Amino acid sequence: MHFAFTDQQLGFRDAVRQLLAKECTTADLRTAYEDPSARPARWHSLAGLGVVGLTAPEAAGGLGLGLVDLVLLLEEAGRVALPEPLTDTTALAVPLLVELGAGTTPAAGRVGAWIEAVARGGLAAAVGTDRAPGDAVAGADGADLVVLASVAADGTPEVHVLDAGAVAVEPVPSLDPTRRLGRPVWSPTSDTLLGSGPEAATALSRTADRAAVAVGAELLGLAEALLGRAAAYAKERQQFGRPIGSFQAVKHLLAGAQVRLEFARPCVYGAAWALDVGTPDSSRAASVAKAYASEAGLEAARVALQVHGAIGYTWECDVHLFLKRTWALAEAWGSAADHRARLLDSLLAGPRRPQGSATA
Amino acid sequence: MDQPLDLRFTDAEEAFRAEARRWLASHAPPPRALPSLDTAEGFEAHRSWEREMAADRWSVVSWPEEYGGRGVGLLEWLVFEEEYWRAEAPLRVSQNGIFLLAPTLFEFGTAEQRARFLPPMATGDEIWCQGWSEPDAGSDLAGIRSRARRSDAEGGWVLTGQKTWASRGAFAEWCFGLFRTDPDAERHRGLTYFLVDLASPGVTVRPIPQLDGETGFAELFFEEVVVPDAQVLGEVDRGWNVAMATAGSERGLSLRSPARYTEAAGRLVDLYQHGLARDPERTRRSADAVAQAWMDAEAYRLHTLWTATRVLEGGSVGAEASANKIHWSETDLAIHRAALAVLGPEAEVHGGGVDAPWLDGFLFALAGPIYAGTNEVQRNVVAERLLGLPRG
Ligand SMILES: Cc1cc2nc3c(=O)[nH]c(=O)nc-3n(C[C@H](O)[C@H](O)[C@H](O)COP(=O)(O)OP(=O)(O)OC[C@H]3O[C@@H](n4cnc5c(N)ncnc54)[C@H](O)[C@@H]3O)c2cc1C
Repeated sequence: MHFAFTDQQLGFRDAVRQLLAKECTTADLRTAYEDPSARPARWHSLAGLGVVGLTAPEAAGGLGLGLVDLVLLLEEAGRVALPEPLTDTTALAVPLLVELGAGTTPAAGRVGAWIEAVARGGLAAAVGTDRAPGDAVAGADGADLVVLASVAADGTPEVHVLDAGAVAVEPVPSLDPTRRLGRPVWSPTSDTLLGSGPEAATALSRTADRAAVAVGAELLGLAEALLGRAAAYAKERQQFGRPIGSFQAVKHLLAGAQVRLEFARPCVYGAAWALDVGTPDSSRAASVAKAYASEAGLEAARVALQVHGAIGYTWECDVHLFLKRTWALAEAWGSAADHRARLLDSLLAGPRRPQGSATA
Repeated sequence: MDQPLDLRFTDAEEAFRAEARRWLASHAPPPRALPSLDTAEGFEAHRSWEREMAADRWSVVSWPEEYGGRGVGLLEWLVFEEEYWRAEAPLRVSQNGIFLLAPTLFEFGTAEQRARFLPPMATGDEIWCQGWSEPDAGSDLAGIRSRARRSDAEGGWVLTGQKTWASRGAFAEWCFGLFRTDPDAERHRGLTYFLVDLASPGVTVRPIPQLDGETGFAELFFEEVVVPDAQVLGEVDRGWNVAMATAGSERGLSLRSPARYTEAAGRLVDLYQHGLARDPERTRRSADAVAQAWMDAEAYRLHTLWTATRVLEGGSVGAEASANKIHWSETDLAIHRAALAVLGPEAEVHGGGVDAPWLDGFLFALAGPIYAGTNEVQRNVVAERLLGLPRG
């Protein structure tokens, strides 16, 4: 039992934090709001550090690492509300492509090239495998690659991959324009098919679990950014002749949200480990992570807005940039309530007390 | 540290678990077989259980062997607690001593004090209560008025005053408490931490029935009670710092191990499943609350492992203990509220029956946000010390 990150993992986190502090400021976010289609240099800077290709095999130019290595970096992405699709590309698309890439479909034959393009060139993917046909998919507008699921006429689950050139995407307006929602106009063909049947079903459910944890990690970063901004504002803003942060009502709002965040953190980290190792209860851990992180994010968002008063309700104040991403991600890949329902089903079907771990 | 993140216990830790499980399986009384520890009879029954555990060195596993422990680490202690709660073994009548005073004795006590006080604490022969609160000093602990004056004639200290809400005070043998030794000093200075034999002349104990009608705590009156110098813990006039170490144990890693809640959360799911079979429609309305309560316990387990690793690497727990206390007390309430909701009209049935622990557990959980420093006061600490907000 050793529940802590290595110095190397923490060092990588610090390097990414430094990079994003420079290249993903709130001014940069506002630029992205104005023109979401611009491709800023930071995605390539991240690729250059090895972040984008972190989960790609070393042979393909990646780092061959897992979610435990990635969660701290996703937290940093959340902290600055990074517009680029790090979760979709690195946490979801690459592992899914690797998992189904050994098959014999035409798309499987292209997996190697796609993964190399991620690792070397910063290819950006969108993953909408939990979306029904016709639903908007985050990041699909402008993605190089879109990964989708469908169900064949006989009920067989399928995973399809669409190259940007091969699919039209209708942009869909979002509360947070940098989410770049898009509705892919497509129909499944034998050429887009990556995998089907039980392997595809397993890969899809693993993708959903990874998404819960990866998005959960982003929410941790967002919550920390929101609470940090709110606490700083509470120290500086004066009313009744003293800082509003000295009022107990304000303190208790912030403290309540801080406690939630502190307890969400180990849930996300523990679930990342469970998915990497493939423990029997890893799906359950992913649900705990997403439910806790969603609640922590929503609470931080509510409190941060309230503590800022009217200034927080303006376009001018930066807080809304983090609020909007939080509201979007809290519902993405399963809300807190969805994950609680999923958890309870799993508890009713299996063990419900700590199991020890010799067999894990 | 370059050790990779890994949530598995080692083979050695699992072997320790197996040994604890075997011992508990053949020794622990059946769940709820003993009378309540808040009765004279129950107190003695729980003391006998402490003796039985101590005889086989299971009462204080993390203490050094010389004091009756097994010298195991923090992680083994957490494993032991998992097995203890899984076995639904009796509540620990000696908890104030073993979980709160003992860590403070290890940090501040002299070798003589440890040798004198730890072994009988481990066996349950001397059971301790905590004498901090006074009628006019609750949240504002530094406002205590009970006094101690040094007397050369008596060769020690003479204590006068009143303590209240002392858990298990009605039946305990000893009390650790704070007394004002320098009335002229600033409020937090001039306090001293004393170890007091409640059989001393001048001590009067008045039991106080709690919400559930049982004698869970007591008022303690001190009239010219003589306490030798050897029973001052830490430095004279520096008792506040010593008391804060005890409070850290109470709110942090020591008093409430996660197993208490993960076991109750497991039983909550059992209860929910039982309810589904009896009245599915009504039971399903509690689904979200049951899942949330289970998760709260799981989050506490993971958070504790996270903190334990930090402590084992030389880190310390400061104001984080306040966040911890808020979480465990709210988790306990969430679990028991959900259970009562699942029980529905059965919830109010008291005594006997398989569901009895839920009602008693609920009543006890209600005290959680009050004792060990109220949750409002802990939120002040989180805001000021973790978020850096101004005092006042
Ligand atoms: C079951 C139980 C067991 C106990 N066991 C022991 C024991 O063994 N030994 C012992 O010494 N004590 C014990 N206590 C007492 C406990 O420590 C006190 O109850 C606690 O510190 C609060 O003090 P009080 O009851 O005087 O409430 P008060 O301090 O009078 O508080 C009343 C209310 O005001 C709020 N409040 C007070 N100050 C502030 C503030 N600054 N900011 C915001 N809100 C505030 C409180 O949060 C609370 O809601 C026990 C209490 C209970 C319920």
